[in-house]
Order: sequence, then structure tokens, then C-alpha cells
Amino acid sequence: MFLKAIGVAAALTLAAPAAYAAQAPNDAQIAHIAYTAGTIDVAAGKQALAKSHDKAVRDFAQEMVRDHTAVNDQALALVKKLHVTPQDNPTSQALSKDAAAKLASLAKLSGPAFDKAYVANEVAFHKTVNAALSNTLIPDAKNAELKSLLQTGLKLFTEHQTHAEHLAAGLK
Amino acid sequence: MNTPHLWLAVLAGAALAAAPVSASAAKARAPVTYTVTLKDMKFGPTPPAIHVGDTIEWDNEDIFVHSATAEDKAFDVELKPKAHRWTTFHAPGTYRFTCRYHPGMTGALVVRP
Repeated sequence: MFLKAIGVAAALTLAAPAAYAAQAPNDAQIAHIAYTAGTIDVAAGKQALAKSHDKAVRDFAQEMVRDHTAVNDQALALVKKLHVTPQDNPTSQALSKDAAAKLASLAKLSGPAFDKAYVANEVAFHKTVNAALSNTLIPDAKNAELKSLLQTGLKLFTEHQTHAEHLAAGLK
Repeated sequence: MNTPHLWLAVLAGAALAAAPVSASAAKARAPVTYTVTLKDMKFGPTPPAIHVGDTIEWDNEDIFVHSATAEDKAFDVELKPKAHRWTTFHAPGTYRFTCRYHPGMTGALVVRP
């Protein structure tokens, strides 16, 4: 296990240098983590599109579905080209478990309460993923094309985080 | 021979001739196409100023859908990944634009007569 699954945010940003050095994820694991993060946000966006009636929230959710799908499609094409099979790992599993719980809790909300909770979670999720990309996944990626795709993802997700923060401010 | 009158006539003729030539020269200025590249979630540099009749080629090098959308709705160009599309400017002014999918992406163009 290269990261302890002690909570998604902590797992993704922990990376205590000394302990982490010996446990750095390989490219197959990094690809799996990045793909999983994208899949989670696509699912969250689809849930928002099914539940929200707020145009700004729906536009944002559509953006998440479209952009994360685009990145994941690119990631799939890349791993195929590199003959790499994405490797499941504890961080991916922690991400998925946490996301399932969040989807379930959001499913109980509706109207403005759902909108606020969804957008707040998007802010938190993108912060976590961006920190993980910056501090862990990009530095540890060995393949140049994978590293480049992760860097593209970071630029995109940083814009998403800013968008989500502005949206959250407008929903208050 | 009334020389002063002749010179006046010549000067007046020259002036009358010069104006249309100048105007037609301006009208005859060949339109220019400039490229603005969208890459890494940003609009690339725009030319310092363009002129009425000039065209901007929007070149989306990202893997995401973008748009070039004027704040005043003067243009709204959808740009699929790796797509190129063109906008010709018919009126002077300053056009501030954004990507309607990614509000953090912004730019501005100055169009001169």
C-alpha cells in the first residue's frame, strides 16, 4: 500500500516525504487514480443534472461531465498506446468509497440545499485532487506523456475549482 | 496666360485627385487573418490591434470544448477540440471575450476602423 486510506483528502495529500519515498505509486497506479477521480466527478455531475433546476449549477455540472470525460478518454487512449493496464490501488479505492458515500448523502437533498452541497463538494473535491496532482501524481509520474496529461488535467481542474468557488459564492 | 489661376487649378485638381486615391487606398487595404490559439485553458496572445475587415482564426489546441464568446454577444464561436473557426470583424471597438464553458478564460481584441 503506497498511501494509507485514512480518508480521501488525507490519503491524497499526505505524502509524508520520508515514508512516501519508498511507497511512491507507479504509472499504472497513477493512471488509475486519475481516471477514478475523473469518473467520480462525471458521476457527481450526472447526479446534479438529474436533480438540480438551477441553470448555473446545471451549466457547471455539464462542464464537469464534458471535461472530465474528455480527459478520461484521452487517458484511456494513452494507456492503450503505452500498453499499460491501470492498476487498482488503495487510493483509488478510498476515492471511490468516499465518493459513493457522498453521492448517497447528496441524493437525500433537493433544491437549493442540494445545489449548495453539490457545489461545496465540488470545491473540496477539486482542491483535494489538485493538491494530489501537484504534490504527488505529477512529480511521481515517470512517463512523459502521462505526466503531460496530468499537467493538462491540473490546468483544467484548477479552472474548475475557481469556477466552483465563484459558483459557491453566488449560491450563498 | 494667367499663371496663378493655372497653378490654383492644378493644385485644386491635385487635391481632389489625392483624396479619392487616399480613400480608395484605405478601402483597398487587404484584410488580414490573425490566429488566436486556445491552449492549456487559456486564450493565447491577441494582436495589439486589428482593423475592420480583418479576421481572427480561433485555433483550439486543447482536448476540451471551448468557445470564444463576446461579452456584448457580437460573436459566439463554439470550438470543439482541435477545431479552427473564423470571425471577421465589421465594426470598430473593443471586444472583451470569454469561454462560456470556462469563465476563467478571458481576452480582449481592439478593432480599429
